[in-house]
Amino acid sequence: MSTAASLHRSRKRKNAVMMALCTIAAGIGLVWLALILGALLYKGISGLSLSVFTEMTPPPGDAGGLLNAIYGSIVMTIIGIVVGTPIGVLAGTYMAEYGRFSRLTTVVRFINDILLSAPSIIVGLFVYELMVRPMGHFSAIAGAVALSILVIPVVVRTTEDMLNLVPNALREAGTAIGAPRWVVIRSVAYRAALSGIVTGILLAIARISGETAPLLFTALNNQFWSSNLNAPMASLPVTIFQFALSPYEEWQQLAWTGALIITLTVLGLSIFARSLTGRREDR
Amino acid sequence: MTAVSEAVTSSAMRTREATVRRFALTDTIFRTATRLSAILVLVLLGGVAVSLIAGSWEALSKFGFSFLTTESWNPVTENFGALAPIYGTIVTSAIAILIAVPIGIGIAVFLTELCPRPFRRPIGIAVELLAGIPSIIYGIWGLFVFAPFLQTTIQPFIIKLFHGIPGLSSLFAGPPYGIGLLTSSLILAIMVLPFITSITKDVFDTVPAVLKESAYGIGCTTWEVTRRVTIPYTRVGIMGGVMLGLGRALGETMAVTFVIGNAHRISASLFAPGTTISATIANEFTEADGELYTSSLVALGLILFIITFIILALARYMLLRIDSRTGA
Repeated sequence: MSTAASLHRSRKRKNAVMMALCTIAAGIGLVWLALILGALLYKGISGLSLSVFTEMTPPPGDAGGLLNAIYGSIVMTIIGIVVGTPIGVLAGTYMAEYGRFSRLTTVVRFINDILLSAPSIIVGLFVYELMVRPMGHFSAIAGAVALSILVIPVVVRTTEDMLNLVPNALREAGTAIGAPRWVVIRSVAYRAALSGIVTGILLAIARISGETAPLLFTALNNQFWSSNLNAPMASLPVTIFQFALSPYEEWQQLAWTGALIITLTVLGLSIFARSLTGRREDR
Repeated sequence: MTAVSEAVTSSAMRTREATVRRFALTDTIFRTATRLSAILVLVLLGGVAVSLIAGSWEALSKFGFSFLTTESWNPVTENFGALAPIYGTIVTSAIAILIAVPIGIGIAVFLTELCPRPFRRPIGIAVELLAGIPSIIYGIWGLFVFAPFLQTTIQPFIIKLFHGIPGLSSLFAGPPYGIGLLTSSLILAIMVLPFITSITKDVFDTVPAVLKESAYGIGCTTWEVTRRVTIPYTRVGIMGGVMLGLGRALGETMAVTFVIGNAHRISASLFAPGTTISATIANEFTEADGELYTSSLVALGLILFIITFIILALARYMLLRIDSRTGA
């Protein structure tokens, strides 16, 4: 009897220890998040002023802003989304609607999942070989193409998932009143899955607005204002990279401020995207 | 009368036929467009592989297999070998995974078994948001906050602690630079932690409640249920999550580039600066002059592509297996 009691005690003790370790692990995870966000806020806010959004990136040792970098990021992100989204939505449509049971869909889903987590620097190398080398120079359009390649897998994945959630009865109702397949997809399936597809696009924007590696040798960087898509263009992440590694204090401060802007943008987009699908689930 | 109604019907038939034909045409166009887009996804991956092979051809044909086994990386004499970046990539990723996996599984257990219900969703969302923070943020934090902290406190302490102990003293040999292999590993661990946690949590949620309840019913403790029921049931899924995290760690560029030190040599000490494949490409690509130099960097990219492709394919295969089981 006493051995059973001691066994019981040791099992309970072991349980308490392991559960305490799990709680500590969760604590560690949250502490890291707090440390990183805290440092970012502390260092970033002190440099946040209107001039950050109205002035160009300065030469070494001077005060200035990030206007051309912010502009470049916005332009390349928009082009990346405009190019990548239709392809992603159409591919997702094929997988969920026309080819749900075809072999092509299985293969595309597998490859798409790999593209989804493939290193983004590889995409940069691909676009360098595809566009920069034949054109002979770095350009904003090459950077935008690199970003669009990162957009496609995210949008494909969410579009397929969201269309698969649309009940078949809705599609059958559309077909029963004589609507052809693509009208059913357009007016029934897309409409039912709209918020989910928009979520995917928002997540894709969040993903590419912080991407640095694929821009390093496609769009390169530009110290000056440039709206020429056929020339190198500054972007926020690449500017942060360059400024953070420099020895100049003003540049490092701008890097922190830029990092804060990107993080707030990304977190804002992710939370907004989540709130869209969250509301849908509640309904 | 009949003639009129016949005329009406036949004209209605004609418009009807035209409409049906138009419908059929637009449907075919739309269907083809979606199919081509799906095929484009395959073409993209194929294009990546082909362009990397084409770009690295010059370096691979010049150095051959010795590219993989040479440590020297000398742009002046144009002698390039990938051993140091490959070593750095594998060592940093392996350490990161060793640290992140136990913590990640711990957090997942906490979230599924211990956490009070109202906090589960917020903490789960916080973990997923952490996964979305761009890697350059981790890099700048690592460079300005984490590395100086390690340099002034932890590293001197460890160097002193292990001084004179064979093995450990060379593994943790000074001087404390702050940046280096170990710092990169720690940053990578923080980065992959959210991926591993959220996937582990998702696969833990696939365990049928009745399995866990029957274990609790015969008197098992929470730990015993986790150890004997949840983890064995989800082993394949956890492995998939770990591999996915490993894929991220291997290919991670910006966070590592800031804190690795970019030194093309293999040292026994984890405190020494080193380099990884992605950091080398990010640091040197735009400055590389000469076809052979650029080609060698693309060859590094090809190696990274092959390694991550295999790891990610394995990860997806394992996650697919757990998906099909819950579907059945």
